[in-house]
Amino acid sequence: MAQQVSAKEPTAEQIKDQKIYSQFGVSDSEYELICSFMGRLPNYTEIGVFSVMWSEHCAYKNSKPLLRRFPVSGPLVLMGPGEGAGIVDIGDNQAVVFKIESHNHPSAVEPYQGAATGVGGIIRDIFSMGARPVAILNSLRFGKLESDRVKYLFEHVVSGIAGYGNCIGIPTVGGEVMFDNSYDGNPLVNAMCVGLIDHDKIQRGVAKGVGNPVFYVGPPTGRDGIHGATFASVELSEESEAKKTAVQVGDPFMEKLVMEACLELIDTGIVLGIQDMGAAGLTCSSSEMASKAGNGLELYLDQVPQREEGMTPYEMMLSESQERMLFVVEPKDEAQAQEIFDRWGVICCKVGKVTDDGRLKLFHHGEVVGDMPVTALVDECPVYDKPSSVPAYYQENASVDTLRYEEVTDLGGALKKVLASPTVASKSWIYNQYDYMVRTSTAVRPGSDAAVVTINGTRKGLAMTTDCNGRYVYLDPEVGGKIAVGEAARNIVCSGGQPLAITDNLNFGSPEKPDIFWQMERAVDGMAEACRVLDTPVIGGNVSLYNENATGAIYPTPVVGMVGLVEDTDHITTQAFKSEGDAILLLGETRAELGGSEFQYAVHGVTEGRPPQLDLAVERKLLDAVLGAIRSGLVRSAHDLSEGGLAAALAESCISGRIGANVELASNGLRRDVALFSESQSRILLTASSDKAEELRAYIAAAGVPVQVIGSVGGDRLRVNLDGSSALDEPVAELTTIWEDAIPCLMK
Amino acid sequence: MKFAVLVFPGSNCDIDCYKAVQETLGEPVDYVWHTATDLSAYDCIIVPGGFSYGDYLRCGAISQFAPVMNEVAKAAEQGKYVLGICNGFQILTEAGLLPGALRRNESIKFRCHDTTLKVVNYKTPFTKDYAEGEEIVIPIAHGEGNYYCDEETLASLKANNQIVFTYTDNPNGSVADIAGISNERGNVVGMMPHPERAVNTLLGSEDGKRMFSSILKTWRDTHGTASVR
Repeated sequence: MAQQVSAKEPTAEQIKDQKIYSQFGVSDSEYELICSFMGRLPNYTEIGVFSVMWSEHCAYKNSKPLLRRFPVSGPLVLMGPGEGAGIVDIGDNQAVVFKIESHNHPSAVEPYQGAATGVGGIIRDIFSMGARPVAILNSLRFGKLESDRVKYLFEHVVSGIAGYGNCIGIPTVGGEVMFDNSYDGNPLVNAMCVGLIDHDKIQRGVAKGVGNPVFYVGPPTGRDGIHGATFASVELSEESEAKKTAVQVGDPFMEKLVMEACLELIDTGIVLGIQDMGAAGLTCSSSEMASKAGNGLELYLDQVPQREEGMTPYEMMLSESQERMLFVVEPKDEAQAQEIFDRWGVICCKVGKVTDDGRLKLFHHGEVVGDMPVTALVDECPVYDKPSSVPAYYQENASVDTLRYEEVTDLGGALKKVLASPTVASKSWIYNQYDYMVRTSTAVRPGSDAAVVTINGTRKGLAMTTDCNGRYVYLDPEVGGKIAVGEAARNIVCSGGQPLAITDNLNFGSPEKPDIFWQMERAVDGMAEACRVLDTPVIGGNVSLYNENATGAIYPTPVVGMVGLVEDTDHITTQAFKSEGDAILLLGETRAELGGSEFQYAVHGVTEGRPPQLDLAVERKLLDAVLGAIRSGLVRSAHDLSEGGLAAALAESCISGRIGANVELASNGLRRDVALFSESQSRILLTASSDKAEELRAYIAAAGVPVQVIGSVGGDRLRVNLDGSSALDEPVAELTTIWEDAIPCLMK
Repeated sequence: MKFAVLVFPGSNCDIDCYKAVQETLGEPVDYVWHTATDLSAYDCIIVPGGFSYGDYLRCGAISQFAPVMNEVAKAAEQGKYVLGICNGFQILTEAGLLPGALRRNESIKFRCHDTTLKVVNYKTPFTKDYAEGEEIVIPIAHGEGNYYCDEETLASLKANNQIVFTYTDNPNGSVADIAGISNERGNVVGMMPHPERAVNTLLGSEDGKRMFSSILKTWRDTHGTASVR
């Protein structure tokens, strides 16, 4: 079979005259700016390199002004945004490293590989810091689980995540998934990885030491993933299907070998700088490493291992072939590095040299085929302050009365509808495909508020979660942004952890649209404020814009990935009710807040009004009180109230504990359906053994948090009386079946 | 007693097996690379789970040719204990040290969850600390755990008491609910469930511990060193 040969490349003049740069997402003014930095017209390779470095994905040109609003430092933050991943001190010379990243567009076109390589990419970000990856989470959004297309995407995204994570041997311990029409055609696939590191092992992606060799590690470079970063920075359309070549193909087995070899290399202490080749492959890793060291870099492209014949410099620089790394050592350490990779059977070869001229120079077949100023590539991309305006829908929703629907009297029926909604229903269909136990450190498995992974050789653990309710963010981005952080913190605390920091994945529509940019601004403001009040700085993250399709933008979905420290494994707490006779306490206040609720969506089929409000001072008090109570040994189970409100939370705790509950509530003037299904924030269900119930109540009350004992655990039915008359009386076994069967039935 | 945990490219339960031996028994244990050509120092060889060689071609198909596998066959012949878990079980069947084969799960999906096993043969060196017919909770995590053998082999497995564990609720379509088997002599056992993942309550079950303690006990009995430590 004849080898595919690249078409002849256009000349620098043709690129200018025919505006070929616009195909790469470079605007006229950006092109002119590039020409002035270059002092001449860029050739095809150079404009390709600039276009990926100046894409939203790499340069954050539309989101940078917003990202500056986040608090990024704190007493425990060892590394904030800017490197592969952020790092937080957890004591005993150890630190936790974590980051979240999106692979939305690739997954929309090729769900298995899109999701798989998303996982592979985020794992590389973690081990390139020198950390041992210990857990993976994912945050997924799909359209309504009814159409064949959505089912196809869902099924293959899940297998892609499983295929990669299971093979590489890092447990996939948690995450969340929501199903809503707004994600039809543009699913969200965000993957988060958490790693552990000793302080003295922390690496940076810097090309240090003029004259030092630059090494390429990993499988040969192919023609896959070319322009992936650019592809991620435009809206999806019917043409996207034709851009399947922009999707990379993953090989988790290779990554396992690369990871082990790199960690061994880092352990030797000889590495001066190391970075993974993620978005924009060789281009981004080489120019960023040079930039961070204030140096230049020469790349000898003939030395780059190539999977296909006849690859051009353009193709090699823009390929996003997976599982590749770049590192720098001193010449005297070359042999030692080489030996490690040889033993692991991983390709490692010298492809470049650190220089002092501040330029990225590309050599091919004995000629200079690219010569660009590093600072222009990395730092000089223009940053845009996009216009924003309040969308009409936001104003219209102000006057929507969320009580305009007639009171639902069949409350048991409503609970069943909520439990059967795929967003609330059991996710075991998903997580049973993930190996969540490998590394034998998973103390809290998927399905509770947050997963907990123990730290080998200590009594400590890490609690981790991802959260974001896009409906709330849509209805009020600022409040929704606050809630995303608040709910994540609540999940961490309910598992026995002290929230440490967050990583965020800002998934939005096109920033070119003032309505969307307004959503971004407001959501970021809300998140930033919550992070300040809850002492959880943002240590890194990712921005995914242009999440749109023919029908419009997705709900704004700024996913929060949070990690907390469990000081002692004795503090680990789950949502499951534990024993007959335990007292159930409800913390927080219930108000008439149905806007954006699961009840509204599942029962009335709408998402409207204003979302629940969140008072961050109240939230902080609640979190401190609950964590204090858990650490004092007063709490047997803890569960935060989220989608589906009190009714769903009670049902989930019964189902996971395989036991019933008897609850007696006062409606306090709320409509009965509202009392059960309102999604008022800052509420948590706790249980305590009957002899400690009063102590727990007094402890919480003393902290200034509203608290009431509402009943006890026991029997095999979930019984809830409102103002003395029965509101719910359902066998737990039946609720369990509905909740467990919902997703498997839809997928059959 | 000295344990070896083999490491193939792509093994990923090696660390867990090492930890399980260390924490439950406190006996010496080494990682042994797939290229090793001498296992004479070891009394028990654990072939761990994972995705050796990426499970490319067929699970365990490439690993059977690793140099260390000749030594594993030798050790088995010498009557040393060999335990293959998950991918390790697949490798042992591919290497011909155990009969049968592991196919894709009936569901075609990877499955990870706790399973209840029935201890069918409590007299092997690996199961002495269990009671006959005892039910234990051990997790599975595999995509290809569907044990298959022909009728004749099944009859001989039964006749020789080679079925060590069965599932009470078959998760993958295995013939006769088989979760683990031994060779005729009983010194080589392969199983899909992961006993090394059930060695403390934080992980959800401690039922796997006795598998390791059984091995040590048998070794001490046969080596007349009742309690060295």
